[in-house]
Amino acid sequence: MKIITGNDLRTGDVIWWTGQGWSRLVNDAVAVGDDADAIIAQENDKQVVTDTHVIDADTTSEGVRPAHIKERIRALGPTVRMDLSLKPADPAAAKWVI
Amino acid sequence: MYQYDKYDQSMVDARVAEFRDQVQRRLAGEITEDQFKPLRLKNGLYLQLHAYMLRVAVPYGTLSSRQMRLLGDIADKYDRGYGHFTTRQNIQYNWIKLEDAPDILADLASVEMHAIQTSGNCIRNTTSDQFAGAAADELVDPRPYAELLRQWSTFHPEFDYLPRKFKIAMIGSETDRAAMKLHDIGIQLVKNDAGEIGCKFYVGGGMGRTPMIAPVIGDFVPPLQMISYLEACLRVYNRYGRRDNKYKARIKILVHEIGADEYRRQVEEEFAHILTLGLEPPAAELERIKGFFEQPGFDANASEDLDLSDPDFALWVDQNTHAHKQAGYTIVNISLKPTGGIPGDASADQIRLMADLALEYSFDELRVTHAQNIVLPHVRKADLYTIWQKLDEAGLANANLDLISDIIACPGLDYCALANARSIPVAQKISERFADLGRQRELGELKLKISGCINACGHHHAGHIGILGVDRKGVENYQLSFGGSEGADTSLGTITGPGFNEDGVVDAVEKATDVYLAQRTEGERFLDTYRRIGMAPFKEAIYAKETVNG
Repeated sequence: MKIITGNDLRTGDVIWWTGQGWSRLVNDAVAVGDDADAIIAQENDKQVVTDTHVIDADTTSEGVRPAHIKERIRALGPTVRMDLSLKPADPAAAKWVI
Repeated sequence: MYQYDKYDQSMVDARVAEFRDQVQRRLAGEITEDQFKPLRLKNGLYLQLHAYMLRVAVPYGTLSSRQMRLLGDIADKYDRGYGHFTTRQNIQYNWIKLEDAPDILADLASVEMHAIQTSGNCIRNTTSDQFAGAAADELVDPRPYAELLRQWSTFHPEFDYLPRKFKIAMIGSETDRAAMKLHDIGIQLVKNDAGEIGCKFYVGGGMGRTPMIAPVIGDFVPPLQMISYLEACLRVYNRYGRRDNKYKARIKILVHEIGADEYRRQVEEEFAHILTLGLEPPAAELERIKGFFEQPGFDANASEDLDLSDPDFALWVDQNTHAHKQAGYTIVNISLKPTGGIPGDASADQIRLMADLALEYSFDELRVTHAQNIVLPHVRKADLYTIWQKLDEAGLANANLDLISDIIACPGLDYCALANARSIPVAQKISERFADLGRQRELGELKLKISGCINACGHHHAGHIGILGVDRKGVENYQLSFGGSEGADTSLGTITGPGFNEDGVVDAVEKATDVYLAQRTEGERFLDTYRRIGMAPFKEAIYAKETVNG
């Protein structure tokens, strides 16, 4: 499926399009089908998100999983500083990236 | 150290005010990202994988304790409690908020620092020998010349939009500790038989996807014509460097394509013209700058004696200190490469501790090295044990300088938007595999460098052992190379063959060291043995079936 991601303009945080707005959790991302360009154009006009782009992802038993490792690292945080990631209490979370 | 005059300070302050206004307009939606992006990059603010990243310039790698302390405070106040020292002697913060960026730049300006020209196709921060002004083997202190170069290159209108970014390194010793020949321009201050100082220009080196070693273009340029010669080198590049293909836009490609002789001819022609224009700064300016780099007030009676009865301290002294030109003093290298750690990272507390040590024991000076370590350049030997104890308490007394665990690694895919693979986990695994210091010392000098993409920020081409992370259909893969070097014997590494996965490349490194230990002769480093026996024995060992994975 196709999902949309970007960065919060003000904070730089990685965020995902939920269909209603933006979330820091990739599991909140929704498939956008053929609407990606229209959504990106609409959101870019609001000037609160930057570097918006469409990526491939899959739905797995663990939730939404971006297809490429780079996007999985964006979704989680640096694998070498799990304390700074979105799952600081889960030391095994880095394996999800690989 | 150099101190800003009113012009320096007003320029930096004006830039802060200008950027504050630009950020406010961006946040208010008055300018688009396409309009804003080049403006933020002009101020060192990138958008990386997880957040904005701010790259702060450390001119020729030199810092005062006040500046270093502020870098620690910024890490706490605006980031997540740490900073990352880079291979260009700068520092990067990985978790910056756009709305905080103007305040950070204002804080930096308060200690005569900035992030100007740490991005973009301009002349970047000049790098230099981390032992400048201190090394026993130094011919000429390069810092005044590097400072003159900083002033010339900052906001230089003609070179603000070059075909590509431009990096200059400057040294004043016979020993090259700055990878000079792998820069767009490397300047070595030399002396002729008459004892006169001259600038030897190496032009057209670089790493990246097309690594090249710079040829000598100017043999002996008088120091008072250095800026004019630089102008000539840049003008020829600016005029003829390619702008149609970013992968062929660096000066190394131009020098290679037209040849060093033709490039030199054009530079000499331009140089002769520039000399008629009077662009060279007056000699008095260089003398004024030199006044900021006078030798500190060394104790002429400082003792050479050192109590080495503590074996851990003795190891650290042997590995991490370097000969100073002043009797009774030494140069201290603080390794930022703990076992299993992240190369170049230091916590805010560690940064402030190093600042305190510099203030108390090193005439208020620190240096950042291109190998991502920190230097206290002027330390009395009598103070070494106290310093070592304080470093040890802070986890900064790793006695591994220039050993296999003193790894250069770029941020890689854990942080960098350009990366194809992670660098840091490989560095961590190698340092853990070779955690035993005795084993590391048995291997001797072994420079291992890791890049997470072909841009080569981790200098893998120049590693005795180099590792390049690549993306192979969405899976991280690591190419191994041997035989690179960055000093007087600069050479480029040769790829061993097919790549490895993360664990496989760690195994391959270990097997390569086994070959070295089995084959070396008296006094040979890993690099020397490789150069003598060639790739074949290493390939045979590392591609034994159980380690191939890829």
